[in-house]
Amino acid sequence: MKITTEMVDYISVLSRLKLPEEEKERMTGELENILAYMDVLNTLDTSQVEPMSHVFPIRNVVREDEVAPSFDREQLLKNAPQRDQEAFLVPKAVE
Amino acid sequence: MTWETVIGLETHVELATRTKIFCSCSTAFGGAPNTHCCPVCTGMPGTLPVVNRKVVEFAAQAGLALNCEITRYNKFDRKNYFYPDLPKAYQISQLYLPIARNGHVPIVTEAGEKEIRIHELHMEEDAGKLVHDPWIDQTRCDYNRCGVPLIEIVTEPDFRTADEVIAYLEKLKSTLEYLGVSDCKMQEGSLRCDVNLSVRPLGSETFGTRTEMKNLNSFKAISRAIKYEARRQIELLEEGKRVIQETRRWDDNKDATFSMRSKENAQDYRYFPEPDIPPLELSEEYLTSLRERQPEMAEARRERYQREYGLPAYDAGQITAQKALVDFFEETVALGAPPKEAANWMLGDMMRRLKDEEMEPKDMKLTPANLAALIRMIAQGRINRNTASRVFRAVFPDNADVETYVREHGLEQVNDAGAVEAAVAKVLEANPQTVSEYRAGKQKVLGFLVGQVMKQLKGKADPKAVNAALRAALQ
Amino acid sequence: MNGLRNLTALQLGAAIRRGEVSIPEAVETALEAAGEAGCNAFITFTAEQARKRAEELQKGLKDAAGPLYGVPMAIKDNICTKDVKTSCASKILGDFAPPYDATAALRLEEAGVVSIGKTNMDEFAMGSTTETSFYGPTLNPWNRGHVPGGSSGGSAAAVAGRSCWFAVGSDTGGSIRQPASYCGITGMKPTYGTVSRYGLIAYASSLDQIGPLARDAADCAAVLDAIQGQDPRDGTSLSFEAGGLLASLDGDIRGMKIGIPADCFGDGLNAEVRSAVLGVADVLRARGAEVVNLSLPVMEYVVPTYYIIAAAEASSNLSRFDGVKYGWRAEGYEDLVDLYCKTRTEGFGAEVKRRILLGTFVLSSGYYDAYYRKALQVKGLIKEAFDAACAKCDLLLTPVAPTTAPKLGESLSDPLQMYLSDIYTVSVNLAGLPGLSMPCGFDAAGMPIGAQLIGPALGDRNVLRAAYAFQQDTTWHTAAPAMAGKGGSEL
Repeated sequence: MKITTEMVDYISVLSRLKLPEEEKERMTGELENILAYMDVLNTLDTSQVEPMSHVFPIRNVVREDEVAPSFDREQLLKNAPQRDQEAFLVPKAVE
Repeated sequence: MTWETVIGLETHVELATRTKIFCSCSTAFGGAPNTHCCPVCTGMPGTLPVVNRKVVEFAAQAGLALNCEITRYNKFDRKNYFYPDLPKAYQISQLYLPIARNGHVPIVTEAGEKEIRIHELHMEEDAGKLVHDPWIDQTRCDYNRCGVPLIEIVTEPDFRTADEVIAYLEKLKSTLEYLGVSDCKMQEGSLRCDVNLSVRPLGSETFGTRTEMKNLNSFKAISRAIKYEARRQIELLEEGKRVIQETRRWDDNKDATFSMRSKENAQDYRYFPEPDIPPLELSEEYLTSLRERQPEMAEARRERYQREYGLPAYDAGQITAQKALVDFFEETVALGAPPKEAANWMLGDMMRRLKDEEMEPKDMKLTPANLAALIRMIAQGRINRNTASRVFRAVFPDNADVETYVREHGLEQVNDAGAVEAAVAKVLEANPQTVSEYRAGKQKVLGFLVGQVMKQLKGKADPKAVNAALRAALQ
Repeated sequence: MNGLRNLTALQLGAAIRRGEVSIPEAVETALEAAGEAGCNAFITFTAEQARKRAEELQKGLKDAAGPLYGVPMAIKDNICTKDVKTSCASKILGDFAPPYDATAALRLEEAGVVSIGKTNMDEFAMGSTTETSFYGPTLNPWNRGHVPGGSSGGSAAAVAGRSCWFAVGSDTGGSIRQPASYCGITGMKPTYGTVSRYGLIAYASSLDQIGPLARDAADCAAVLDAIQGQDPRDGTSLSFEAGGLLASLDGDIRGMKIGIPADCFGDGLNAEVRSAVLGVADVLRARGAEVVNLSLPVMEYVVPTYYIIAAAEASSNLSRFDGVKYGWRAEGYEDLVDLYCKTRTEGFGAEVKRRILLGTFVLSSGYYDAYYRKALQVKGLIKEAFDAACAKCDLLLTPVAPTTAPKLGESLSDPLQMYLSDIYTVSVNLAGLPGLSMPCGFDAAGMPIGAQLIGPALGDRNVLRAAYAFQQDTTWHTAAPAMAGKGGSEL
């Protein structure tokens, strides 16, 4: 299948990547190559096959509804690039 | 032209579990920012979600109560998008196999009875809270709400009026409260509604272009928003303009909806099965046990209160309209109060107090034990009805013990016949004129004399006893 | 102590328990060797913590100490270690120091091992060469002009270069087995779900598994005994009877049926590799195993299936790296969206971005069914084919990689070609099976060759027993690269 730069633009926006022109062109070609190779799967008839997301048939893994102490806030914030005493900070994100 | 409004609802309800859906942090409302958090709910690398058993139970219970088919084999999926209130940059939700589908809810409005179809009910996690600080022009991310369990209940576009929407929401709220799966506090955001609305010429089979309204925080806002948005769309169409499919924000202060800036791009959430959570398989035995444990719902209780307790239909309806009132009522009765007395107190003095204080029944401090004690004191003739009302008002705000209050304020009824007779004698002596009027046949002055005796006894006597003593003395 | 570095982890553990070697002495030996190795196997050394812990462990040494007590080791840099930088070899994680330990790291600590540092890897475990690391490539100790394989290349090079006695890595499509093969050591990816993934920074959640890279099968068994077991923090971890692997190694493989899938020995396989791997069958047969030929008619589908699924999950798993909660944030952004885009574009390397875009594409509206859903269906077929093959034998014997370690700089120019070299390893992850890589020879250039043993689900024990039996009769696993520092070559 043909991969256009518009398609690469679209998935770049979705994945929050902004490739420089040159890199975008190279990536377009590479993706086209890779996806062309993946087309081999279309030679297989899978109409009767269920998609398998979990390889083993385990079910119903649940925990009890019991409160455990939360983490020390400082521990959660300590790796943040920008923060104050109590929260992570980002550029304006609300109206 | 006559227009018809077509409305569908997406309602998010916070489940009343103790812990979050995928980690053991508390779901308690409030708390300083980022203090109900751990590496899992803040999306730290390498951490993994583990499902809270209670969330599945509550969601399945809600599905059953809304007459849904329960999906016996259901899965979680990831919904991918970037926003700072979503620390993993994906929300764990259910798209392909939601836990419940194809339900229906009967509603009653002034226009009559109707059935609203439920398209689906699924489990998902809540996002965090963003607060913009204009002083530093930065937005603070608080992840306390991240991972609080939600069910999203999606209806078919079956509503035609705001009344129907409100009737459905009342019904939904009451059902979920009866089940005990949510406290449905709109002001704390534990019940939130998105309204999808379109208009079409009456009789048309096809749907018009719809808009989605968010930020609806009260029934009043929902009702007003629906009316506003329907009018807006009709005006557009009548002017020959088009309705644009978009998300609109309701502004309660301005009483209008506003277009929200369209997101960066087309919404393509790239849902796929959540690889970190194995599927859930709900057995027939499990569902049977949930059905058996389903509490008695509003209609059944209303009928029982009329049948067993002899409550008037209106009173039974008033009490069963709110789960908090039902709980209060049943506990008061269980503590020995006659059901009719309990209902009268609740619907009279109690509702008045609540209305005056602008309070919800579930936020009140007064306990059933205290009301039951008050009712018992009246029955025992230790206080009269008027004193009891005074006591009720006094103890209501902080649930002060009625026994103690009555004792400390010396309000106990005077049941000493000698004291009553002495007071009667004193009053008769001080009012010779009235006494002769009475004896001359003017029976209605007796009331004045009873009042005078009660005043002598500081209101603490049984009016019936005073009445009898006066009549005897005047013979 | 000259021979110290050439001891296996179990031999060192025994020497420590006998009091012949002190733990601080072992740790100093490791730190010195690692410092001199010059292979860029480590991103972070934790020398101070290691020395302190060695003293404490030495004081607490008891007769009943476990087999790995006091043994210095290393941890791949995508496994979270509390308050120690965990970078995934990516710029985007900056100096991220998680406030928690991975379950596997905790279990190793409980077993009494001493971590001397965090090992280099392909960025976010995406790669087959350890050349995509933000911290520069790791070199192969057997020949520094060659790659060590990947993505656990740092772990493999550290063990092969005798800088530590074992390491743990992660394997999503061969990331333990292939570098183990290129570096002449033994590495194992256990059955999916037997080692907790909690704290392993996810690349592809349905395929990732932590496992050991060590000198021989017995060391691998001891490490797995320490780290395997169900974990309430990982919903995909299996309920099974863990432990007892080391104790099960008796060298007796009489009657064990070894299947050789012809589909794994066809075109594209280097002749020297082919003959060395088939030589393993002869050794096993000589010890009483039965060798059968069988078919595995899905090999041409495994690489596309793997890359679709892995890239899709990766695109989602790596979205959380956005410059908000942890790690590196770009400068000079205009607004929130620009912050995301700049941070991610500058913070991720080319291979990671390629897989994020590929994964985003196969999940995007209009392509999901054709690619992602299709791949999940083919995964079902691949699993069926492996189940069918495993029903006919106890273990499968295959190559690990089509060639020995390529030269530095040869692989990255053609990503598709690089992906194709994963053909023998990725299917094992797709089917969730245990797979082990062990040395079975050298090519003409003196580079190690590895053979792969694959077992049925939860058949980890037989995989290790066969490898152990093989290593009783061969010495490939004891060979050390000549350049592995002072102590190494003297033995």
